[in-house]
Amino acid sequence: MSTASITIGHASSERPPLVETLHQWVTTVDHKRLGVLYILYALIFLVFGGIEATIMRIQLIRPHNDFVSPEVFNRMFTMHGTTMIFFAAMPIVFGFANYLVPLMVGARDMAFPRLNAFSFWLSAFGGFLLYFSFLGGDGLYGAGNAPDVGWFAYAPLTSQTFSLGHSTDFWILAVFVSGLGSMGTAINIVATVLCMRCPGMTLGKMPLLAWLNLVMGGLVILSMSPLTAAQLMLLIDRYLGGHFFDAQAGGSAVLWMHFFWIFGHPEVYVLAIPAFAFASEIIPVFSRKAIFGYPVMVAATLAIGFISMSVWAHHMFTVGMTAAGNTFFVLSTMAIAVPTGIKIFNWLATMWGGKIQFRTPMLFCVAFLFQFLIAGLTGIMLSAAPFDWQLSGSYFVVAHFHYVIVGGILFTVFGAFYYWFPKMSGRMYNEALGKLHFWLFAIGFHLTFDFMHIPGLLGMPRRIYTYEPGRGWDIWNLIVTIGVFFQAAGTLVFLGNLLWSKWRGVAAGSDPWDAWTLEWSTASPPPAYNFAVLPEVRSRRPLWDLKHPEDPDWHYE
Amino acid sequence: MSAFSIPVPEHQPQWNLPARGPVAMYCLIAAEAAIFTIFVVAYIFYVGKSATGPQPATVLHAPIFLTVCLLSSSLTIHIAVRSLRKGNVRRFAWWWCGTVVLGGIFLAGTAREWRHLIYQDGLTIQTNLFGTTYYSLVGLHAFHVVMGLGALTLVLAFAIHGDVRPEHSERTEVLSMYWHFVDAVWVVVFTVVYIIGR
Repeated sequence: MSTASITIGHASSERPPLVETLHQWVTTVDHKRLGVLYILYALIFLVFGGIEATIMRIQLIRPHNDFVSPEVFNRMFTMHGTTMIFFAAMPIVFGFANYLVPLMVGARDMAFPRLNAFSFWLSAFGGFLLYFSFLGGDGLYGAGNAPDVGWFAYAPLTSQTFSLGHSTDFWILAVFVSGLGSMGTAINIVATVLCMRCPGMTLGKMPLLAWLNLVMGGLVILSMSPLTAAQLMLLIDRYLGGHFFDAQAGGSAVLWMHFFWIFGHPEVYVLAIPAFAFASEIIPVFSRKAIFGYPVMVAATLAIGFISMSVWAHHMFTVGMTAAGNTFFVLSTMAIAVPTGIKIFNWLATMWGGKIQFRTPMLFCVAFLFQFLIAGLTGIMLSAAPFDWQLSGSYFVVAHFHYVIVGGILFTVFGAFYYWFPKMSGRMYNEALGKLHFWLFAIGFHLTFDFMHIPGLLGMPRRIYTYEPGRGWDIWNLIVTIGVFFQAAGTLVFLGNLLWSKWRGVAAGSDPWDAWTLEWSTASPPPAYNFAVLPEVRSRRPLWDLKHPEDPDWHYE
Repeated sequence: MSAFSIPVPEHQPQWNLPARGPVAMYCLIAAEAAIFTIFVVAYIFYVGKSATGPQPATVLHAPIFLTVCLLSSSLTIHIAVRSLRKGNVRRFAWWWCGTVVLGGIFLAGTAREWRHLIYQDGLTIQTNLFGTTYYSLVGLHAFHVVMGLGALTLVLAFAIHGDVRPEHSERTEVLSMYWHFVDAVWVVVFTVVYIIGR
């Protein structure tokens, strides 16, 4: 071996002036900085969406409450859904993918760094557009207003006749613009995983997180495009006088439902697959065991990706499809439980017989296993068309999908925050505050969403701004709202922990968890170039091989 | 400033991965194909459902000549890229120029067709469902032709300026993949609009 000398610039101890720092962040094309920008941006919108949810729950805390008007309530549930899906969940997922995928496949950056920055700023602009509707929804004359057509914006409510002003246009453009950004990032992730892996990392030796993000990228490419096309049609209807969804001229409102849900259902898996990816990295490390059934995990992920494209009309059983149509979507929806179940068994088998360490990331992942299982079970209940006819559009459905998105996805996202925070910031988070966050949030989650199933079964429809007393819904709504305050408190503890640890946390070192994937082989936070020398891997756990030369993994794989 | 030494292995291991340009272009094509699929589905779903005239059978005439032009541009761009790979920059520039001309003829023909439909037949995007779906689908394709022509013209300007060299053949190939896709979509649009839809 020969050696080469490398000079690293900017090691001066003086901090650059604030303007220069900001300028660097705005013009950056570094995948780590863009990842952090995505995540911070998502956290801001997570708080916005949380405030909107809290307003709704305060309104519903007792019958005949008048905390907000019906009009405001409509805007709140529309903005809550749109914000949480497009501007909180997606950017968080993309942020972690941005930050972690190049590090974990041993690359110095994404395949297209400038496309990466462009995509982020498109998404950021989309979020700005959506919230600008509060000011400009009526076109800057009088008071503005936000979109109030629901997050799936069914026709004909979105036509010019029923949706005056520009609030719906802000919704269309915000989703459209951020959708273009999502496609750019998805293309980038796929190209990075396929084309930027370090020497020796064949597809079968990639960390599961890279595999799952590859599938997620493919799903975004194929599912975001139908939504983009549908938004174009809606714009043509609203601005050029087209008739796509105009029933009076022969257009079809049901066509919009199909187009929206062709996007809408794969979208659930766009968010869930990265959540599975976090669990697949965190659970083995804190069980001190290699992941159980790696090839089956990959196969199950691919199966979920494929099947998720053919289940969309289970959102539409009440529309009145043919018996053959209903049967197909019942069966395909039930079929998706099989690969998902395989995954749950594999995580359990990974923990089985392991030396489990209940650090905060692991706590969140264990809760995820329980909650995601229950979410899947209510999902199977709703996938049976006759059952769905009874409960579609009720709070049972709301409880079900919040169990998926909060109980499944958000819990692993919190786990991922704690797990990779030392890598991103170079400092350890506060374990006591982390555990406090977990317990507050878990209690709040179960108070809110366990009890939300019951008014749904008792017939409470979603999206109503108030209800009559004496229907048996009162006590349940009170409990549900009380849970929200626990969740809000937990989230505040979480944000406080992040801020406190960023400035006051103890130094983490490069590998605080004694983990096995490549991101832990470089400094915390990693330098701009990630790796001074590109690593070369021979197994799925390159750092294990490095730490245990006497018993490397590649003897067994 | 700090300096440190790092070990450099003498033998770089054999490690080949797919090039990122074509991979990204295949992804973009998949995304675009999904967008076109939605528009094609809408077109087919609404065939014969217009409440008022004009109907496709009375006003549409299959643009055979334009189709021949657009499809042959796939051939010319293929020859152009192959010439560049072999190092023949002049030959590349001529065939590339031919591609731009053929694409331009297609676009001009579409413009003429639309002018006729709007002013002679009274069909606009507002007239009926046929108008809405027709202008949207054909317009979406024409938009892709415009974008492609813009990119092709830019490369042509570089070539005339003498900035295109054989080492750029991979990049021009990525662009040609997009152009082939635009042509392939036209085959679908042509079949749906001018054959099935009439």
